[in-house]
Amino acid sequence: MAGMREAGDDGGVHQQTEPTEQAWPPHGFRGSPHWHRRAERWRNRGNGEPLRRDPEDRLAGGVAAGIAAWRGFSPTTVRIVFVVITLVSQGWTIPFYLGGWLLIPARGAEASIGSRARHDSRGIALAIALASLMCVVLGLASVLNAGLINTYGWQQVPSVVLLVLIWRNASDSEQAVMRHLVEPLESLSGGQGVRRGLGWRLVAAVALLGAGFGWLLTSHESVALLRPLAGVILVTAGIVVLLGPWWLRIARDLVLERSARARAEERADISARVHDSVLQTLALIQRRADDPQQVVQLARAQERELRSWLFEGRTLGDGDATTVGEGVRQIQRDVEARHGVPVEVVTVGDCALDDDLNALLAAAREATVNAAKWSGAGVISVYAEVEPKQVEVAVRDRGKGFDPDAVPDDRKGLAQSVHGRMSRHGGSATVQSAVGEGTKVTLTMPRSAASAEAKGGSRR
Amino acid sequence: MNTQARALPRVVLVDDHGLFRSGVRAEIGRQVEVVGEADDVGPAIEVIDQLLPDVVLLDVHLPGGGGQAVISAVKKEHPEVRFLALSASDAPEDVIGVIRAGARGYVTKTISTADLADAIQRVADGDAVFSHRLAGFVLDAFAASPSAADVKPSFDPELDQLTSREREVLRLIAQGYTYKEIARELYISVKTVESHVSSVLRKLQLSSRHQLTRWAAERRLT
Repeated sequence: MAGMREAGDDGGVHQQTEPTEQAWPPHGFRGSPHWHRRAERWRNRGNGEPLRRDPEDRLAGGVAAGIAAWRGFSPTTVRIVFVVITLVSQGWTIPFYLGGWLLIPARGAEASIGSRARHDSRGIALAIALASLMCVVLGLASVLNAGLINTYGWQQVPSVVLLVLIWRNASDSEQAVMRHLVEPLESLSGGQGVRRGLGWRLVAAVALLGAGFGWLLTSHESVALLRPLAGVILVTAGIVVLLGPWWLRIARDLVLERSARARAEERADISARVHDSVLQTLALIQRRADDPQQVVQLARAQERELRSWLFEGRTLGDGDATTVGEGVRQIQRDVEARHGVPVEVVTVGDCALDDDLNALLAAAREATVNAAKWSGAGVISVYAEVEPKQVEVAVRDRGKGFDPDAVPDDRKGLAQSVHGRMSRHGGSATVQSAVGEGTKVTLTMPRSAASAEAKGGSRR
Repeated sequence: MNTQARALPRVVLVDDHGLFRSGVRAEIGRQVEVVGEADDVGPAIEVIDQLLPDVVLLDVHLPGGGGQAVISAVKKEHPEVRFLALSASDAPEDVIGVIRAGARGYVTKTISTADLADAIQRVADGDAVFSHRLAGFVLDAFAASPSAADVKPSFDPELDQLTSREREVLRLIAQGYTYKEIARELYISVKTVESHVSSVLRKLQLSSRHQLTRWAAERRLT
């Protein structure tokens, strides 16, 4: 035990020279590109971080999940492999698992449980006492020729030691989980919580177990096949009477714990979002209090983000839009962020994007950017309506406008490229403008048969 | 000039944020007469009962039942009191909900002071006030599968459709046009625009279309 701990801790590892990038692969293999590639692939698997237990995704200690994340497997695969090996090796992997639990630090924690256990002299004493007691029991069992206990019992002596050390030294959250598992044993050993009913259960269980074991032990010399079977049944019944309620509670607690964990994660998600977005923005606003334009822009961007999260359940990532509505909102975000002009968006209906509609959105974006750059308007309004036969987007500003007959060159460029885009895809564009009254660009794109088939409100 | 000659509309503010109430009071205090305030459903009903204002500026989200509860409680006793809903919410469910309860209009809290004062005056005069967002919602709601099988036979099919003129007006409102601009764009008078909007509001409140509410509920989910 002590040896394992030291090897995992600071002692052993540092004295060995760590294999560096150049030292691997060793000389013999260096010439072979095949080997090199393989090694490369193997090394690049996983998350590239040191091996850590994963307390988020755990069934027991999170060792399997930790290994899975480290090497880039699925946790389920690792768990299945582990269980299979356990069955084949008659339970020998269990002490190794517990060793891992003890020696591998949890993710986010600095020290492993083992480094704390080193100073826990009471725990070590308790572990040794328990181990020796177990040895006595096992010795007795082997004298009595209880074959099953003999094959599977001895491996678990180190497990008991490790378990005691983990239990006494684990962090609070891990301890809470284990306490659920060990509670009834605690109360059996005469702890605080001896409850009513337990006494009766104990008597019944002892009677059943005694009878069952007696039957089992005496009957293996007799030839009758039914009698050992009856013994097995009695033993099982005893165990069920004793531990059944406890198992039920564990099952229930596991479910409760899962949902509690989900809730905690949700809360963490909310606070993270509030911190990342709202608090950051408020801090920025305070710092730029003397620049009203900036403050308004920040507040607007933040408001929109929070709104879409609260009311629409969307996360505002930079992901590609898949519907007309999302696409228009993306234009709104980009233009407001880049040009600092508020964009008011109203969408009616929605549908999935296709090539034609992407072209429509690109033209709408161009028109919006143009309005933001040149019109001088305080606000730009974008209106998108998805109808069964066509999609219409109107971009309107109340800026200075222009005389369509005396168009400056840069504007002409816009008109041409917007017209070009639209007509290539079978749509049309009209530009209305008058000096002093603003500009309105109306874009219309017929919906292709396929997209019109999936009616108005369809979403991907 | 016209507004000077008339008495200022008497307004009650109902909003659970004190800061917001005092902000609104400070901003529109000249154009309207703020006679009372309330921060909750119960007190609001009491205050409105006593003061009988021309217009109640009502937050959609209130603790203890929301703006809808206030409207339906007051409407029973005093149908002449008019409500203008004001909200930071974009959820169509909330908006359509208070409009169907009887509010004469809906504006968002980001509205400018001048527009808000104008909207209050309009509501006091008995007109409807649609923000561009509400116009979008209404178009969306009335467009949603009118021919689908789930349309319950209505008592008055006329109420379940918008006329093409009404749709045009709503579209322009959704694009941020003022009534005056709409009138010029469609070659009609401002009064006609107002009557179109009022008739849309009436349809919105009286229509028995089940989709209206279902539409709003669905939007909330997706």
